[in-house]
Amino acid sequence: MTQRLHKPRLGTTALIYLALAGVLAAGGIAVAVDGGNLFATANLVDMLTRTSLTGFLAIGMTLVILCRSLDLSVGYTAALSSLVAATTMDGQVANVPLAIGAVLLVSGLIGAFNGAVTAYLGVNPFITTLGTGLIIKGYLDTQYKGPAGDVPVMFQQFGYTRIGPVPVSTVVMLAVAAAAIWFLRSTRTGHHMYAVGGDVDVARMSGIRTGRTLLAAHVLCGMTAGVAGLLLASRFGTGSATAYTSLYELDAIAAVVLGGTLLLGGKGGVAGTVAGVAILAVLDTVFNVLQIDPFAKDVLRGVVIIAAVAIYARRQLDRTARRPRFAEGRAS
Amino acid sequence: MTRVRDLLLRATNPTATVFVLLVLVFAGVFAMNPGFFEGPSLMAFLKQAAPLVILAAGQYFVIVSGNFDLSVGALVGAQVVIAARLIDGEESRTLPVMIVMVLFGIGVGLVNGLITTALKVQSFITTLGMLMVLYGAIRLWTGGAPTGSLSESFRVFGRMGIEDVPVLGQIPWALLIMIAVGAGSVLLMRTRFGRILMAAGDNERAAALSGARVDTARTIAFVLSGLSATIAGILIGGFAGVSAQVGDGLEFTVITAVVLGGVVLGGGRGSVLAAMAGALVIEALFTLFNQMALPATLRPAVQGAIIIAAVAYAARRRTRPVPTATATPS
Repeated sequence: MTQRLHKPRLGTTALIYLALAGVLAAGGIAVAVDGGNLFATANLVDMLTRTSLTGFLAIGMTLVILCRSLDLSVGYTAALSSLVAATTMDGQVANVPLAIGAVLLVSGLIGAFNGAVTAYLGVNPFITTLGTGLIIKGYLDTQYKGPAGDVPVMFQQFGYTRIGPVPVSTVVMLAVAAAAIWFLRSTRTGHHMYAVGGDVDVARMSGIRTGRTLLAAHVLCGMTAGVAGLLLASRFGTGSATAYTSLYELDAIAAVVLGGTLLLGGKGGVAGTVAGVAILAVLDTVFNVLQIDPFAKDVLRGVVIIAAVAIYARRQLDRTARRPRFAEGRAS
Repeated sequence: MTRVRDLLLRATNPTATVFVLLVLVFAGVFAMNPGFFEGPSLMAFLKQAAPLVILAAGQYFVIVSGNFDLSVGALVGAQVVIAARLIDGEESRTLPVMIVMVLFGIGVGLVNGLITTALKVQSFITTLGMLMVLYGAIRLWTGGAPTGSLSESFRVFGRMGIEDVPVLGQIPWALLIMIAVGAGSVLLMRTRFGRILMAAGDNERAAALSGARVDTARTIAFVLSGLSATIAGILIGGFAGVSAQVGDGLEFTVITAVVLGGVVLGGGRGSVLAAMAGALVIEALFTLFNQMALPATLRPAVQGAIIIAAVAYAARRRTRPVPTATATPS
């Protein structure tokens, strides 16, 4: 405790990477006791493959959560995007660029709708994005009775090719993460996002166009969901309307908060989110290798997420106390 | 003239809007099917709507105190599965198992409340975690598919009622339970506890500084939500039978209902009657969709559009004086 007075404390991001190392070590030991090897190539590939899909969604989710918003529609956006991609490609390699453009446009527009309704109509983001998700779900269920479209083999490579043990999709996800980290640290809009999430009134009075910032976060979040949809399409080889049943949005939110980003906004970052995604992926792989009942995984996940947030809350208590909901004045 | 304007102003107040909406939807239902308001079909509608209305009351307590309860859907599913597994068709076990269910509901609510208040975990995360735990644990316990069956006396609450009433036909127990829960909730909100709950949602710090036990009140709110899920589980189990999926997605429908009732996410505003009316509106909408022969797949889209529109409409007045209204509640 006394050390904190002189030295900067271990940051939350460092803590989460330590936790990741701990989970890897514990998982490795557990698997080794069972007679396996967690770090065998097949398991590493499995682990890394699991990170990419949730990773894309969680990166975008981090941006909106930093702005003190939320997006419950990303799973539906991804499902819709996979259909847009697959039907636009229609088996033709030549259509791939067009399909990617169409997906980014559609998913960006969905994000823009979410952002505009939340920022300018004053609707709580929980409701906005829940509603948007339901609207997309209704459209998907009505319009598509089964898989549709055809993804050319060339684009399916995005889902399957690996460089060594590292899947291309994971490399792309890490590149997007790096871009997001740069965006948050070095651009004006990135800084504005922290400000808006920290205190929207103070941000507005400081001359930030808070509405636009929120809108930008939602558009980017929609677009990362679109990329996740592209990945889904390339993995399935077709567009899948029922992809939303996997509740990716809850996974993504879980990864973000596990990564140390405050659900109340203004604090956190994409680097932590990537570690959060990785922890969930490692847990999944360990459970798979140990052949533990998949339902036990849900139980453990729930416990891990609550425990992680409880620990973050404890670390914050002594420094800033808990932030009031309708922030009148606030430390840090 | 002023009286008309006064009336108009009252009708456009978010709490009253839901009742206007209810009348409009019922008018729509009536236009499509005038027979709907004859006793038996109205009673059947209310019997079916009762679980959601009861859940809305429970969720109201949590939301008005500034929290969320996302675990209710999973809890309803868990309760139904627990009932089937433990009763296993034996009449004599009905009452003990119901007591177990009530205790389980209280326990889940207590855990939610204590983690949220004592460990300072945002309720969104607490109850999301609880959702995952309940979802996994129930399937783990039953090995994927629910086993056992409910006893007849257990199913009475969801299915039966006071028979042979003139005009109405059957007055379902579910309706009476719903009215009792509603009356209890209204009375509860007028007690000290209710006022503390409202104050905690409106301004946590002010409430705490004026000596209110904010954390205790919030924990009790979670327990009430757990209890409402238990009652809803008993009714749904009796009405619809045993399935682990019975509660899937219910939490979002309930929150939609409460918000439709003009209750503000983040707490401090709204009435419990309006929240329950919000649930009735949703159920009435489903009935309306049925009668319009809308493809079932299109329902979520219409539902989604309506929530956004309703909340945007309610927020229109609020956004100006309270600029932080867009904030995400914890």
